[in-house]
Amino acid sequence: MAVIPKIELSGVTKSFDANHVLKGINLTVAPKESLVIIGTSGCGKSVLMKCLNGLITPNQGSIKIDGQEILGQGRAALEDLRRRFGMTFQFGALFDSLPIWENVTFRLRHQQALDKNQAREIAAQTITQLGLAESVIDQYPAELSGGMQKRVALARAIVDKPEILLFDEPTSGLDPITGGVIDRLIIDARERLGATTVTISHDMASVRRIADKVAMVHHGVIIWAGPAEEMNESGVPEVHQFVHGLAEGPLTNEKPAASPAKMAGS
Amino acid sequence: MHGFVQNIGRTALNFLAAFGRITLFSITAVRWIFTPPYYWQQLLRQIIDIGYFSLPVVGLTTLFSGMVLALQSYTGFARFSAEDTVATVVVLSVTRELGPVLAGLMVAGRIGASMAAEIGTMRVTDQIDALDTLSTRPMQYLVAPRLLAGTICLPFLVLVGDVIGVFGGYLVGVYRLGFNPSIYLARTLEYLEVSDVTLGLVKAAVFGFLIALMGCYHGYHSGRGAQGVGRATTNAVVSASILILIANYIVTTMFFGG
Repeated sequence: MAVIPKIELSGVTKSFDANHVLKGINLTVAPKESLVIIGTSGCGKSVLMKCLNGLITPNQGSIKIDGQEILGQGRAALEDLRRRFGMTFQFGALFDSLPIWENVTFRLRHQQALDKNQAREIAAQTITQLGLAESVIDQYPAELSGGMQKRVALARAIVDKPEILLFDEPTSGLDPITGGVIDRLIIDARERLGATTVTISHDMASVRRIADKVAMVHHGVIIWAGPAEEMNESGVPEVHQFVHGLAEGPLTNEKPAASPAKMAGS
Repeated sequence: MHGFVQNIGRTALNFLAAFGRITLFSITAVRWIFTPPYYWQQLLRQIIDIGYFSLPVVGLTTLFSGMVLALQSYTGFARFSAEDTVATVVVLSVTRELGPVLAGLMVAGRIGASMAAEIGTMRVTDQIDALDTLSTRPMQYLVAPRLLAGTICLPFLVLVGDVIGVFGGYLVGVYRLGFNPSIYLARTLEYLEVSDVTLGLVKAAVFGFLIALMGCYHGYHSGRGAQGVGRATTNAVVSASILILIANYIVTTMFFGG
């Protein structure tokens, strides 16, 4: 009997006016699998990730979680769905006005009747699991280094044990050692929670550490997807260029021109 | 000529589109004010920020405006021997007009800018998207408490400003212009009616709503980067100030029956 994919995307398209960002994405992620999406800047990776948890609504296509279609559902169903997700953003997106313990337990405090002491205790437990000192819980995000902020963001994403974790460039802006530590924490968290993870990354060392499967997005479509260990022998020139960081090749950072039909306002 | 007409048409359409967007935004935000869960901590924080921390700026503005008003009206009324009406002019001008408008404009500068900058920064750093991923509606968590706090706090600020402004007029009247203190106070209260104060407070509530609405709207739709947030902040202050002046005329007209 075939295993139902945890996440299944079919023909997902998304345009912003004349800018066609996603042009028909087909992708599956198995339960407990770690998928890493790679691609040049501006290729649509972040839009794709935001489509997964309903932050952006695709124009067309289908997105299924555990075989259930999520597109076209109401706000309440979308909120129920989001409770199954944990997400970290590229720059942390911690709430500046709240101390760390409130950041970490934000969803728990607003969903359950947690008092302050319970929330602080849960926050302390979670951040110490991620290698931060307990005293950090009373600090504010601006008082922490980039690496510490990434850990706090990870704590916020995993604190209520989600089934699916989304990481948007978790190691960007970090030194290699801190990046390696964050990767280790992501792998630990995934194993501990038994979660399915989707990560966007440009950091090939990180991709090799955390990925079971890699998908490369280029000009709004998946041009290659396969096991991480086969990435070097994909036979796709764009993948070869990206994986080896070569300046010469088919990939450029320039965005493709919008289609003439859309530009004419049709 | 064709291009000129086209530009006018485009400007009119843009204006109508913006008006529609702001109207929809405010209807949505007002609906969330009355829908649980209620974020009391957010509301309290905004009340302190708008109400308490705006007191010095509103107090200073109305104090000096009341003082200048006493001096200027004395200068004018002395020309036809109507100096006795200075106290009445000061109290009616401050409660009906200067108190709410000056407090509104000062708070628009302070709070409108701060709301737009804070929410705009949250927008460009993905904090608003993060709220969504944490199953919290940004309109309900960020916008609704600010609108409610603005509407509640401005009348209180104006009430305090009214007292300080009238006191400023009293200081100048008694210590600079030589009025008898008892007579000045008696004149202040003699022609003042409850409706004068009420009109000012109604205006203040409207201004408070508009300031918060503009701050939240422009912050929420802020463009990317520091430039986007800067533009949102400027737009919030300018649009709130213009709307205050327009709303001031409309509310005054309504109370006077046209």
